[in-house]
Formats: sequence, C-alpha cells, structure tokens
Amino acid sequence: MSGLRDAGHLFRFLGLFVIAFLVFLGVRRYVVPKTFGEYGHYRGAAIDEIAARPVKFAGHQACEQCHTDIADTKAKGAHAHVNCEACHGALAQHANDPTSMTPVKPDSAVLCARCHTASAAKPKGFPQVDPAEHSNGVPCATCHNPHSPVIGSDAGASTAPGGAK
Amino acid sequence: MKISRRHLLILLPAAAVAWKHVLAGEPEESPNYRKSDHWWGMLIDIPKCIGCGNCVRACQAENDVPDGFFRTWVERYERTDTHLETPEVISPDGGKEGFPSAAEGTGGEYFFVPKMCNHCSDSPCTQVCPVGATFVTPDGVVLIDQKYCLGCAYCVQACPYGCRYIHPTKKVADKCTLCYHRITKGLTTACCEACPTGARQLADLKDPKDPIHEFLKTHSVQVLKPQMATGAKAFYYGLDGSVR
Repeated sequence: MSGLRDAGHLFRFLGLFVIAFLVFLGVRRYVVPKTFGEYGHYRGAAIDEIAARPVKFAGHQACEQCHTDIADTKAKGAHAHVNCEACHGALAQHANDPTSMTPVKPDSAVLCARCHTASAAKPKGFPQVDPAEHSNGVPCATCHNPHSPVIGSDAGASTAPGGAK
Repeated sequence: MKISRRHLLILLPAAAVAWKHVLAGEPEESPNYRKSDHWWGMLIDIPKCIGCGNCVRACQAENDVPDGFFRTWVERYERTDTHLETPEVISPDGGKEGFPSAAEGTGGEYFFVPKMCNHCSDSPCTQVCPVGATFVTPDGVVLIDQKYCLGCAYCVQACPYGCRYIHPTKKVADKCTLCYHRITKGLTTACCEACPTGARQLADLKDPKDPIHEFLKTHSVQVLKPQMATGAKAFYYGLDGSVR
C-alpha cells in the first residue's frame, strides 16, 4: 500500500502541472490578438489597419471628373502623361470637398525648372533648357501653357485647321 | 403549434440558407478588393528617369515620412572612362530637390536610379523579426505592424537594399508600404502618381491585363542584388551592372 501513497505525490504534482497549463492557455488566449496567425505569423488585422490610412493624392481620375476642359487640353499636349498632382501636389482634400481648400497655383519658375533644367545627366531625348538663358527671368507660363507646353499646340490652336496634332 | 410535413419541407431549406449566412459571418469591409487576386510589384524604367525628385517628395507627403528619412530615394550614377566599375554615386537629400546640373562634355556617363523597397517575396527582413511585426501580405507587399514592432532594428540590418529605418519619434521600424492604403482602393502609389515621365509603374503580376506582362516579354529586366535570391519585385529596365 505504501507504493500507492507515494504515487499520491505524483498525482498532486500532475494536478499542479495541469492547472499551470490551463492558466497558460487562459493567459495566452487573452494576450495573443485574435487575428494573429490569420495569414501567417503576424497580426492579420494589421493589414486592414494599414489599408485604412487616409489618401492624400487623389489620383488624376478624380481631378478629371470636374476639370474636363483642362483634361482635354492636356490629353492633346506634350504633358498628356504627366498626372495633375505631379505638378499641383497632393489634393485629395480638395477632391473630397472642393470648398474645403483652394489649391495654390504652383510657381512655374521653380516647377518647370525642376524637370527641364539642362543637365548632361538627363536622358538625351528629354526637352531641356538653361532657364536663365532661355527666358531671362520671364515666368515660363508667359509663353507656354503648362497643360500643353509646346507653343502653337495648345487646345485653341489644335482645333484650328493646320494646328499641331 | 403543429407543424405539418408540408411546412417542415418548406422550413428546412430556409433554415439551412439562414444558417449558412450565420456561419459566413460579417461581410468583408472592402468587397471589391481580394488579397488573393493580386501580387504587387514595381517596374522602374531607368532610361525614363530625369532625376526630378517628384517621387521622393510625393512619398514624403503621402506617408508623412520624417525629414532626412526616405522610403524612396533617387541616386545619380556617374561612370567615367577610368572608373567604370566603381561609379561615383550621389543622392543629395535623397534627390528630393533634384540634382546639381552636370556639364555637357565631361566624358562621363550619367544615369539616375530610383530606389525603394523591393517588396521581396523571400524577404530577408521579415525572416529576422523576433515578434512577427513584419510580414509579406498575401498580395505580396512587405508591411510593418507598428503596434507590434519593438524597434529592435534587426530588420533594418537585414535589408540588403537599405530600405528600412527606425522612425525618429515612433521608435519603430518604418518603410515603403507600396502605398498599400492606395493600391487597395484602386489607386496607384503616390510615387507613380507623381512621376512625370512614367519611369515608375505599379505592376500587378497576377492581373493578366496588366501591361507589365507585355513589358517583361519584350524587354530584359533586372532586379537589384539577384545573387541574394530575395525574390525582389522591383524590376529595373536598363539597369547598369555597376548599380549596387
């Protein structure tokens, strides 16, 4: 009978072990986020949290819904593939509620020069000028329509017979 | 109330349909976007890049990237006849405000290389994270769960492309998300939206209609550090062998 009494120690120990394991499971259930492991070894909900961040660039499709006249002009010109916000900056706030903010017209002297200042590092086919020599301080928009920059090829000229494109 | 055999036969299928809805749970928040339908990457067309820095500024505006840190940046390489293997590389403030003018006729050959997270499919950075705070999503974007990140910076060291940094105020790892909040809404990334020459193009490798497939068929492209077998998905066209 003494053998069974000794085994009692083991059962008590086993009981403690089982309780500790259940506590571990309980704590684990409480601590580990629900979506952990949904897709892999990470919190699945993190993906949706990142996807829910607000957008700041509205995208050219949003601009073109209202500004159809400029979109038409631009589509015929050399800047057809330059998106609106490449020059005008992030304007999702304006696209969501046009009255909430009025976009500031970009300064063409800074803006145009960013891309079109001559540099041997730029691709050869890309139109480049030395701004000082080219315009001597006159703003680019005096002669060029930024939405259709090649002189004589803006929307007005292109609809006239013999107009470019 | 007594239910006749006829009523039971009508009720059972209705109950089955209702139970199916209960099992299916809540409908998804954005039912138009399914993660399993996409596998995102980026195409970078080096001969088109003019080094204007629009992408860098757009990224910083869209993602509130702190000054002096970059999720994307542009490098200018200069290969001279005597240093073909070791070109001179500059990237003043990440190319954010463009580059100093290079004079014609110096004999050097220049090109710009936009850099960003390569959204590797076998990414070294996600493998070293001790807490599961960074991962490759089912649609192939490498993201960081900033609520889980400890800021240990193992991933910053593990990225062979130097695309991660520790955010100076949040003290957690930060990196390009491929504008995940935009691409899941059907928009392109901020850098692609702002690129004036189309040097960057977002590519969905699972979409058979994406122009990337035609481009890959007709052009030979490279990835950065292919010897590291990272499964990089930023495909460079016209990449010089000296680019590291």
